[in-house]
Amino acid sequence: MIAFDMLVAICLFYVAILFGVAFLAERGGRRGSNAWLRSPLVYTLSLSVYCTAWTFYGAVGYAARSGLEFVTIYLGPTLVLIGWWWTLRKLVRIGKTQRITSIADLISSRYGKSNMLGVIVTLIAVVGTTPYIALQLQSVTLSFAVFAAAGAPGPWQLVDLNAAAFSVAIGLAVFTVFFGTRNLDANERHHGVVTAIAVEAVVKLIALLAVGIFVVWGIGGGAQATLDRIEASPLAGMPVAPGRWIGLTFLAGAAILTLPRMFQVLVVENEDERHLATAAWAFPGYVFLMSLFVVPIAAIGLAEMPPGANPDLFVLTLPLAQGRDGLATLAFLGGFSSATSMVIVAAIALSTMVSNHIVMPLFLHWTRSGATMSGDVRTLVLRARRLSIGGVLLLGYLYYRLTGGSEALAEIGLISFAGVAQVLPALLGGILWRGATRAGALAGLTVGFSLWAYTLFLPSFGEGAVMSAGLLADGPWGIGWLRPQGLFGLDGLDPLVHAVVFSMGANALAFTLVSLFDFPGPMERLQAAQFVNVFDHSPAGQGWSQGRAEAEDLLLMAQRILGADDAQRLFQRAAADQGKQGYLPDTTPEFLRGLERKLAGSVGAATAHAMVGQIVGRSSVSVEDLMKVADETAQMMEYSSQLEAKSEELARTARQLREVNEKLTELSVQKDAFLSQISHELRTPMTSIRAFSEILMEDDALPPERLADYSRIIHQESMRLTRLLDDLLDLSVLENGQVSLHPQPVSLSDLLDRSVAAAGGRSGRAPMAIRRDPAAERVDLVTDGDRLSQVFINLVSNAQKYCDAADPVLTISVTEVEGRVAVDFVDNGSGIPDRSQSIIFEKFSRLSDPRKAGGAGLGLAICREIMVRLGGSIVYLPGRGGAAFRVTLPSRCAEAA
Amino acid sequence: MDKRVLLIEDEPNIIEAIRFILARDGWRVDTHADGTTAFDRVAETRPDIVILDVMLPGRSGFDILRDIRADAGLGGLPVLMLTAKGQVKDRDLAERMGASRFMAKPFSNTEVLASVRELTGA
Repeated sequence: MIAFDMLVAICLFYVAILFGVAFLAERGGRRGSNAWLRSPLVYTLSLSVYCTAWTFYGAVGYAARSGLEFVTIYLGPTLVLIGWWWTLRKLVRIGKTQRITSIADLISSRYGKSNMLGVIVTLIAVVGTTPYIALQLQSVTLSFAVFAAAGAPGPWQLVDLNAAAFSVAIGLAVFTVFFGTRNLDANERHHGVVTAIAVEAVVKLIALLAVGIFVVWGIGGGAQATLDRIEASPLAGMPVAPGRWIGLTFLAGAAILTLPRMFQVLVVENEDERHLATAAWAFPGYVFLMSLFVVPIAAIGLAEMPPGANPDLFVLTLPLAQGRDGLATLAFLGGFSSATSMVIVAAIALSTMVSNHIVMPLFLHWTRSGATMSGDVRTLVLRARRLSIGGVLLLGYLYYRLTGGSEALAEIGLISFAGVAQVLPALLGGILWRGATRAGALAGLTVGFSLWAYTLFLPSFGEGAVMSAGLLADGPWGIGWLRPQGLFGLDGLDPLVHAVVFSMGANALAFTLVSLFDFPGPMERLQAAQFVNVFDHSPAGQGWSQGRAEAEDLLLMAQRILGADDAQRLFQRAAADQGKQGYLPDTTPEFLRGLERKLAGSVGAATAHAMVGQIVGRSSVSVEDLMKVADETAQMMEYSSQLEAKSEELARTARQLREVNEKLTELSVQKDAFLSQISHELRTPMTSIRAFSEILMEDDALPPERLADYSRIIHQESMRLTRLLDDLLDLSVLENGQVSLHPQPVSLSDLLDRSVAAAGGRSGRAPMAIRRDPAAERVDLVTDGDRLSQVFINLVSNAQKYCDAADPVLTISVTEVEGRVAVDFVDNGSGIPDRSQSIIFEKFSRLSDPRKAGGAGLGLAICREIMVRLGGSIVYLPGRGGAAFRVTLPSRCAEAA
Repeated sequence: MDKRVLLIEDEPNIIEAIRFILARDGWRVDTHADGTTAFDRVAETRPDIVILDVMLPGRSGFDILRDIRADAGLGGLPVLMLTAKGQVKDRDLAERMGASRFMAKPFSNTEVLASVRELTGA
């Protein structure tokens, strides 16, 4: 038999290890190392805080009393986790985006940051969790008692057991305070605690499996033999009550969502949404392993242990009875782990709720000056949280002392489940139904919680404890249909199922009806949209009106809550984001929203809202925010934006049509002008030809010199007509892109030689000097040489025709501009006036009088078309003294010589 | 006889042709090639008839016609308009603006001569 002192020593050693693990994990998490800390494995194991001492010891007891019914306790959570995509994912996402610190915070935040709701949920949680904590203390002391009874009798009496329970409570409080309140921001994960819990999860699993394996193969005589013994045991004959099965499965499913400690590990401590996907199968797997040997242990325990032995302790007493002290000690540690992990997480969750929803609001209420008061709110919050942890554990201990530890473990657990499950309608309604209102949630919670207390919680203390035997039997004032366990005369139901049906039914009904008939306030509608549509718009939040807040006051307040460093960093970053220096950003609505959310991570949404509100003046919901609220609005906006898009499209089409129309009109005008021009250009020479030929025909007495003159005019004008027709045809071919080019290797200097020669001289005037730079002209090209020289000829002859200098000089220079060869033709005349420079390349744009020109004004238009076809360009260069044209050759046709 | 024609036209060969045709018939022909100063020339020379080209450098023949018609002393002056554009709308415009006659180029020499005679009542 293991000595009791030894057991205590092992226990302390185990706790020391847990401290060590938590400490190392905390340090690792702080340094950002230890990737496995953030792994889905640790997350899944931390969820096992669901399996408390009640499941560790109690499941066997439960099985011994009610057969397979204990499975429901595992079935509920399994269903919820398998269906994680539906609800859990949304909860976790909301928890992250809204920086939710607890289930009370979630409900309060969802329903317009109502602290009233926060307080109610906190109270429900405290009332529902206290018996549960008592249960854990009880299980630890009971397991101590087992060893005490088995050991030397005498020194270990009930008084000592109570003392043991008390010291366990103290120890847990110390651990929780130490690792649970290191950080103020609940959104910063409690790495230490979570890791310690994961370790405990492994310990309790190994312990239970070890006991199970020992029982099956050590006592039962193998798997088959054990199965036979189960068949023969009373368990096999125990009936399955469908009502209880459904009710219990529902309760357990609700519990994993609403139990404060489960919410803490599931949502608040969640590191990564994707971990849920792993937990969805891994946690049911864990739960399956935990329940694997429950029935064998119960069956064999009932057979082997003396009648009257507490089946809740079979896990412990079976190995002890077989003299397996080591195994018993392991089992004890498993139970101890189950109990302590539950208490620690529950205490953290409850203390966060109590300090955020009760202590802080009271404090803010008492110190009206609020956030600008002296002192560090941070220390205050932490102190409130530590005191709350102590208070929660103290309550648990008191409950344990009051009830005397008489209840069967399972019943206490179920009563707790049913209590916290009252939050479920408000929770699910809050994240799934935008119509859910604060008043509805208040009504549902109040009705449900009251009914739970009346029908289940208060009667659970036993006849005469809170409710008299008469009240239980005959109802208040003798009104039979108000009997706590037989409302409306429903006597046949199991008390638990009865309580669940009535409390949850009335809760859901009140919640729904009041929500339907209530009109939510702007903040509620806004938060409703944020929660229900969390996947649509994760960022954003409630609005603050611009600018009334003093950034400095906000900084002072934030420093007190977040600590000077964090707060200053936050403000500095916000200022930098706004493009400002220093620590004081503009108090834009965005900034206030971010700040409030950050503070919410420490003190809860309602308190953070109130604190910022005290400085800013009042919160406001902007019109734009409201627009986002209603689904209808969103749909309308979408519809109207579709309409807008359509009308935009119409406008676009109309614009295009108008443009096309304008272009066509312009083209038509251009065509008219062109035809008119052509007509003019053709008719003018034809007029001379006709007039002179008539003269020649009619006048026989024409002097010979006149005859010669007139014949020459006819000839000249015919030539002019031909030239015009040639140009027109040429231009038409070029413009229609029908021209066929014949690229071939040519030398630029050859082309220029040819062009200058072809342009001819100036008839009857001083010859024009042409300056060239033969060295620069040594460029080899691959292009249509004939077409290019057509351009050159045109430019040279233009210069010869129009250059009005006394000593006309044309300079042809070749340069390289941006990797392309440019040939400039610059004369020393008066050039082309500014206003005309833009039209010289247009058809028939003849600037001078036609007598001098001798062309139809198509030359430069043709040049431009040719250059476009060749892939180059021709432009007029203003400010070069005289008329100056630059012909840029396409890069691909220029190859370095 | 010795009636005077003012020919306002910028094409040198056409000027030469018309001058020859009319001079042969005994007309005294003055010529003017610039649109901007054409009206002043009309007022100054006060011919019996003006032969006016539509497309002139500097100023349109229509503008000159309008000025002539608007002038109290010159209002009734016969104006024979010549145009190389020959589009219907030009003819309409010319008639609306009070051209005595409108001829499209290329014209027949006899037709020009007949018109000039007719318009001057010679």
